[in-house]
Amino acid sequence: MSELKAEGIVAGHGATTVLHGVDLTVPAGSTTAILGPSGCGKTTLLRVIAGFHRPDAGRVVVADRDVFGAGLNIAPEHRGLGYVAQEGALFPHLSVADNITFGLRRGDPGRATRLTELLDLVGLPREVAGRSPDQLSGGQQQRVALARALARRPRVVLLDEPFSSLDAGLRASTRRAVADALAAEGVTVLMVTHDQDEALSFADQIVVMDAGRILQAGSPLDVYTAPADRVTAGFLGDLVTVVGRAHDGRVESALGTHATDSAAEGAVEVALRPEQIVLHSADQPGIRTGAFGTVRHCDYFGHDALVHVALDDGSEIAARLGAGGQVPRTGERVTASVTGSVLTYPL
Amino acid sequence: MTSTSTLSRRGTGGIGPVAISAVVVAGICVLPLLVILATATESGLGVAAQQVFRPRVGELLGNTVSLVLVTTTACVVVGVGAAWLVERTELPAARWWRLALVAPLAVPAFVNAYAWVSLRPSLTGLGGAALITTLSYTPFVFLPVAALLRGLDSRWEDSARSLGLGAWGTFAKIVLPQVRPALLGGALLVALHLLAEFGVLAMLRFPTFTTAILDQYEAAFDTTAGSVLATVLMVLTALVLTGERFARGRVSLARIGSGVRVQPQRVPLGRWAGPAIVGLTTWVLLSLGVPLYAVGHWLGAGGTPILSPALLGALSSTVGLALTAGVLTTVAAFPVALLLHRRRTLLTESIERITYFASSLPGVVVALALVTVAIRWIGPLYQTPFLLVIAYAILFIPRAMVSIRAALAQAPGGLLEAARSLGDSPWRATRRVLLPLIAPGLLSGFAMVFLATCVELTATLLLAPTGTTTLATGFWAASDSLDYGVAAPYALMMILVSAPLTWLLLSNSTKDTR
Repeated sequence: MSELKAEGIVAGHGATTVLHGVDLTVPAGSTTAILGPSGCGKTTLLRVIAGFHRPDAGRVVVADRDVFGAGLNIAPEHRGLGYVAQEGALFPHLSVADNITFGLRRGDPGRATRLTELLDLVGLPREVAGRSPDQLSGGQQQRVALARALARRPRVVLLDEPFSSLDAGLRASTRRAVADALAAEGVTVLMVTHDQDEALSFADQIVVMDAGRILQAGSPLDVYTAPADRVTAGFLGDLVTVVGRAHDGRVESALGTHATDSAAEGAVEVALRPEQIVLHSADQPGIRTGAFGTVRHCDYFGHDALVHVALDDGSEIAARLGAGGQVPRTGERVTASVTGSVLTYPL
Repeated sequence: MTSTSTLSRRGTGGIGPVAISAVVVAGICVLPLLVILATATESGLGVAAQQVFRPRVGELLGNTVSLVLVTTTACVVVGVGAAWLVERTELPAARWWRLALVAPLAVPAFVNAYAWVSLRPSLTGLGGAALITTLSYTPFVFLPVAALLRGLDSRWEDSARSLGLGAWGTFAKIVLPQVRPALLGGALLVALHLLAEFGVLAMLRFPTFTTAILDQYEAAFDTTAGSVLATVLMVLTALVLTGERFARGRVSLARIGSGVRVQPQRVPLGRWAGPAIVGLTTWVLLSLGVPLYAVGHWLGAGGTPILSPALLGALSSTVGLALTAGVLTTVAAFPVALLLHRRRTLLTESIERITYFASSLPGVVVALALVTVAIRWIGPLYQTPFLLVIAYAILFIPRAMVSIRAALAQAPGGLLEAARSLGDSPWRATRRVLLPLIAPGLLSGFAMVFLATCVELTATLLLAPTGTTTLATGFWAASDSLDYGVAAPYALMMILVSAPLTWLLLSNSTKDTR
């Protein structure tokens, strides 16, 4: 059963069309992330669903109720959706408590209980209730924004780049707290992001979008390991590509012969993740498999390192080394071999 | 409850109550323009042309144009020079100079003229008119240029110096281009005020289109001949506005990148400190000292009690009119500002241009148009306070708009949408979220209009109901009959009323660049 459905959404700003017939289904209880580069239309799609942007065509269904379609355009306040904007959009003239209870009716006797419930839910101490939003850190503001959106118990919550304004340290902990709160409330979540790590770690369904179209939808593992095309593969992480020749489920390239699931035949582009490449020092006796190359330079990140290697046939590749591995020096001779299956795309 | 709208365009919202109110406001603002054009051409274009191409019009044109050129240039030179001294050099007591250079705004130009003429009756003609208008209007240039110089990020100047440009080269290539929009904005304000100026020029017997229109109307109640002159004046206004737009070009002054603004180094004055201080002191004495001295002198010499019943009557009707105009104008400006803030379409751009142009028209044009409307079509409106308040609203709506739009721009984005997603209707979201946030802007817009209305002379002379005397018209009647002693308390009252305005403008300009 789907909690949220968009069909054939066409939308734009003035004369430019931003969404070219987008179809999206968010299963009940799932967390779906729309992943795409800036300007791909993902925020517009979210705003269409929320009711802030009127599409030119299409249909939007929330919890089995049509909210937009032919001759129908339900106002945002009647769509029963929670919405967390980029940077929270907290009302600066209201306290944290007034922000959170903004959507609850003034006479509602359950207001006070719901407030403490929500503060606990998003992991904020109860003392912050009386503070004004500008006295909170970015991460706390984001939690208040989420509590505010959940106050009316919506069945679906929309998150627009909710963590992009936070610095790296705060991002992981805020993301965890938000994910826990959403899971505890049991709501269906649709998030928009341009950060593939965020999408992969936060969501159980990933929808990849580019230039106003959806390229692929599936589980994080599926879209990471079996991207539908070259562009999608590039969004989801670093990609190493070399030219090769495919025949009958096997592909030959400078890196050797590998198994492939793709059906392409003939000249192909072979794509794989840097962590699939294993490097050995060429001086090491006994190693004669794989392709020879020279280390160009090394990006060292602490927890891992990306080693850029020029193969002897002229191809450029990159290999990811774990923290334990010895980082090779620039100019060192190495051999590169591949683990796992690779992706091939017709050239 | 569902709300459907088939009228709405792409994007958010639709043709809602906000857009409708904005269109109505713009329609009222553009009315004077249409009425004047219609009246001027009602006897045919040939007759209108005959009335335009007369030696008398040529003389008025020569006077008006030469006054605009001389005074605007003088204001720019003095205003920029003083702003640079105050903001970018080691001039001692810079804050006090800033206050002293803005303070002449508290003295209405026609009060300044009265002060000079009462002390020196021989002051007439272009020289006198240019002197007094320059003294009164220089703050229009000084204020924005000083604010800009103060806020200028010196990292650009530092970069230019590090790229091998000298101090003067940096000023010419980096500072001046950035000051230009503020300078042009100030110059535009000076030019528009000069086109609209009546009091100063009538007092100095220097005829321009504005004074001629009023003479014509008062002598003959002839709105047709007046409308022809007013049409020429509208063309001049349009030329000035276009000229400024053209000169401004497409400069983008957006700060690129974030980071902390770096306070610029102040230039040491060295042996120029003495001449600079003498120059500024002379200027302040002429622009502020002379009118204050004259008002004080006539207050003492007049022998009349300061708070006469006549003055109190004028004060109360002025305050009544100004309160009404302030509220009405702020209420009218709100939907226009909101619409412009929400989205930019052909409709909103046109509304912005129309209200801007219509409100740039001299007060005498707006007043003449409303008189024409009342005399010819809606008789019962003639000589009512309502008509006068409408004129104030048309004239001063940009002042309210500036404050409201600044407040709207400051309000963080996405708040209305957040409120909508929490169950509020558009109107309820506006009331609960937007209005509390922009309340200071609404208040300051109201104050601007209130204070401007208190010292408005030209439109009030034409439109005030018989028997209604305001501070400005009471002052005018007295000084027109050379009764300087009787005029003095009115002048004092107007200076006292305008003082908060000066403070408001100064604090607004300091706040912008924080």
